[in-house]
Amino acid sequence: MNLSFFDQFASPSLMGIPLILLSLLFPALLLPTPNNRWLTNRLSTLQSWLFLLFTKQLMLPLNKNGHKWSIILTSLMTLLLMINLLGLLPYTFTPTTQLSMNMALAFPLWLATLLTGLRNQPSMSLGHLLPEGTPTPLIPALILIETTSLLIRPLALGVRLTANLTAGHLLIQLISTATIALLPIMPTVSILTMSILLLLTILEVAVAMIQAYVFVLLLSLYLQENI
Amino acid sequence: GPLSERRLMDVRLGELPAWLATCNFSPQGLLGGMQKAWSSYYDKYINVKRGGPAGITMLLAGYCILSYSWNYQHISKASFLGSV
Repeated sequence: MNLSFFDQFASPSLMGIPLILLSLLFPALLLPTPNNRWLTNRLSTLQSWLFLLFTKQLMLPLNKNGHKWSIILTSLMTLLLMINLLGLLPYTFTPTTQLSMNMALAFPLWLATLLTGLRNQPSMSLGHLLPEGTPTPLIPALILIETTSLLIRPLALGVRLTANLTAGHLLIQLISTATIALLPIMPTVSILTMSILLLLTILEVAVAMIQAYVFVLLLSLYLQENI
Repeated sequence: GPLSERRLMDVRLGELPAWLATCNFSPQGLLGGMQKAWSSYYDKYINVKRGGPAGITMLLAGYCILSYSWNYQHISKASFLGSV
């Protein structure tokens, strides 16, 4: 098996200059800052409508203290959404396929929710380690289990995003290689494979959006427990 | 008008080296040039009353071509039926 299928995930650099920074900054070009006009262009209107809808949806279950997190969560969602969707274009590089980047996003944010909870309402936060109504003999085991599940959250957040996107990109590359390789040999099977590729691409667009949403949603859920 | 104040699209080919000599190549100058280029693109194709997908699509196509050029050295070594 050719191991060079993983070459698409190598961090790009041009003559030693890492280009991942440019891939991270490019989405900013696609999101214009709204100006003071009443009637802006269609892109700004669409963008404002989307952001307001998303922020409202995300902040509904949170109390007033949680609303301080609205900017960081909405901007995180926008960044992840744009990076994931831009990665589906041909020849582009997706920074979220790098585990280092996703862990750098997940770990500090999760730690912030944990420390907020422990600092402001310590007994409530620790109380989440034991679900209501557990039978008494099970309590020690359950506390250990819940602590493990708490400590594994940042790892799960980061790895979920990385694995989903990496797997999707790999699948697309494998199936397209198969389509091209089959074209001179069995054109009918090649067309079948191409229809699979089409469906896969639609799935990947959905996955890109869903994964970004899930990341931010889980963070807001962790925040709800702790704030 | 005078050569230093004309935009790049208004400069004739023969005058190009002279125009380049009047350019400000310091970091502030380059940043200012990039800002001007971006805002003229934005105002012409995106910030219009009835814009469509064309403005953004040109931007994305440019991004794809740029990414291709960055990857070209790596891609050109692949054989056709192998993987990239």
